Amino acid sequence: MTNRTVLVLLDPATEVRTSTLELLTIARALGRVEAVALEAPTVEVLAQLGAYGVETVHQAEPARAGSCVSGDELHLPAVVAAALAAAVRLTDADVVLLPTSFAAKEAAALAAHDLGAGLVIDASAVRDVDGRVVAGKRVFAGSWDTECAVTSDVAVVTVRANSAVAQPAPAAVEPVTEGYAVEVAASPVTLLSRTVKADTSGRPPLDQAAVVVAGGRGTDGDFGPVEDLADALGAAVGASRDAAFEGWWDSYVGQTGVTVAPRVYIGAGISGAPHHRGGMQASQVIVAVNSDPEAPIFEICDFAVVGQLADVLPQAAAEIRKRKG
Amino acid sequence: MRIVVTAKYVPDINTERGFSEGRVVRTAGEGTLNELDENAIEAALRLVEAEREAGRLGAGEGEVVVVTMAGPDGDVALRKAFQLGVDRGIRVSDDALAGSDYFGTAAVLAAAVRKLGEQAPVDLVVTGMAALDGLGSVVPTLLGAELGLPTLNLAKKVELADGVLTITREIDDVTESLTAPLPAVLSVTDGANQPRFPGFKLIMAARSKEIEVWSPADLGFDPAVAGAAGARTETLSAAPRPARPEVELVTDKGEGGVALADFLIRNDLV
Repeated sequence: MTNRTVLVLLDPATEVRTSTLELLTIARALGRVEAVALEAPTVEVLAQLGAYGVETVHQAEPARAGSCVSGDELHLPAVVAAALAAAVRLTDADVVLLPTSFAAKEAAALAAHDLGAGLVIDASAVRDVDGRVVAGKRVFAGSWDTECAVTSDVAVVTVRANSAVAQPAPAAVEPVTEGYAVEVAASPVTLLSRTVKADTSGRPPLDQAAVVVAGGRGTDGDFGPVEDLADALGAAVGASRDAAFEGWWDSYVGQTGVTVAPRVYIGAGISGAPHHRGGMQASQVIVAVNSDPEAPIFEICDFAVVGQLADVLPQAAAEIRKRKG
Repeated sequence: MRIVVTAKYVPDINTERGFSEGRVVRTAGEGTLNELDENAIEAALRLVEAEREAGRLGAGEGEVVVVTMAGPDGDVALRKAFQLGVDRGIRVSDDALAGSDYFGTAAVLAAAVRKLGEQAPVDLVVTGMAALDGLGSVVPTLLGAELGLPTLNLAKKVELADGVLTITREIDDVTESLTAPLPAVLSVTDGANQPRFPGFKLIMAARSKEIEVWSPADLGFDPAVAGAAGARTETLSAAPRPARPEVELVTDKGEGGVALADFLIRNDLV
């Protein structure tokens, strides 16, 4: 253990996502863990942070030219970045950890630029090696493992979901929330509107789920069998880019969509084009169902069924429900 | 309307990709223009074309300039950009720039944009959403920061009216609409447009079109800021992953779903 201070971004502060718990677990192995929030954490959130060993939550109080930044603007990458950079200066922190969402990557880049910090995007591991921060990455559609050391004083790292198993601290602590002032530079960028997609499916978020079932062109637009199997497994549902561009499903797995690395990935009616493989090939176990025995996805999977997904998926769902009670 | 598009020469994702001595292998003949930069070029061309159609630009006015940082092999990417119809192609080259990190890359590209700005005002810088080799998606943000320009990232929809750029983006389950005055930096997603196919005349003309090669000195840029020397990260290792075990393949004859369920249950994956 070193005497490093590690800051973990908590955005939003109204819930603790699984990916945040993973970040906190990774952070504890690097040093003393503190959280940065842009709004007041709820009592439940504080209890969870305490269970994961967070002693201090730094709550940013951002202001631009003397007036308070609030509401939707608090989630703007420039505001988040200003809060992170100010928190690093306040605490003399050595490492900042964020999830690997597009918004977090933008905030990470701006904060690192401001701090002169080294930046690693989409790490799958972060560890201490002889006092240096070393990040592991899985690249080229999961086909290569790389490691790099951050050579600057401060490291800013975004970590992909499912990179660690979330583990509470050996002993829980009582986190203290401390406010701190953040000066946000005037910006010519104006936020006109921001809408968070309401998720009523009851399924885990695609980027964080332990099990993902994805449908492609082979569904012909009917995601019923995909959803059925996903629900039998408690899985998230995704699509291929083609299927999403057809309007059959909202979010897609791929190198320009959501990158997933779940315990189990099941692709149905997805051929496995390089674009798609770039977003899922780091999954631990890959299962494919496709009517085409020549589908490229069969080259990278552990288990495959050549058949019609409309037959195979509902049968698998029923069997799982039967055998798991 | 003068637009700079930044582009990257990357290994073709349909080929075997790898590392040598901590750097991405860029084999001549297997590299290509980053596919996502085609969306940036398309967005830039459409903005200029729209200005022409609206009569705000004359037939010969308006320019789309593509800038890349690469060795001589990177000309392949610029030739492809010429085929799509861009007016100028510039390659910033120097051995000392190899091994640049995100910040070094952004600093070099920003210096090239500033140099172009000295020749005539640059209204807009457009980039793709990511490079398909690194997939970091942060260079557009850093480019905006280096240039001190407002940056609108990951646009799915782009509108330009009266010198004000408005975008809609859908990221991480959030839909946002953002606006900023020109000059600005804009990155577009692969959902923003369908890049055009090169026409025969442009393909022919692209072969012999001049590629301008600039050195860091031409940009008044200290190469020590970029390249491996200026990088804030250092690659320690790069190794191919072990191959997956042989696939267990079942052909569905009425029991395929049961077999799938059985595989998950016996491997304790349910």
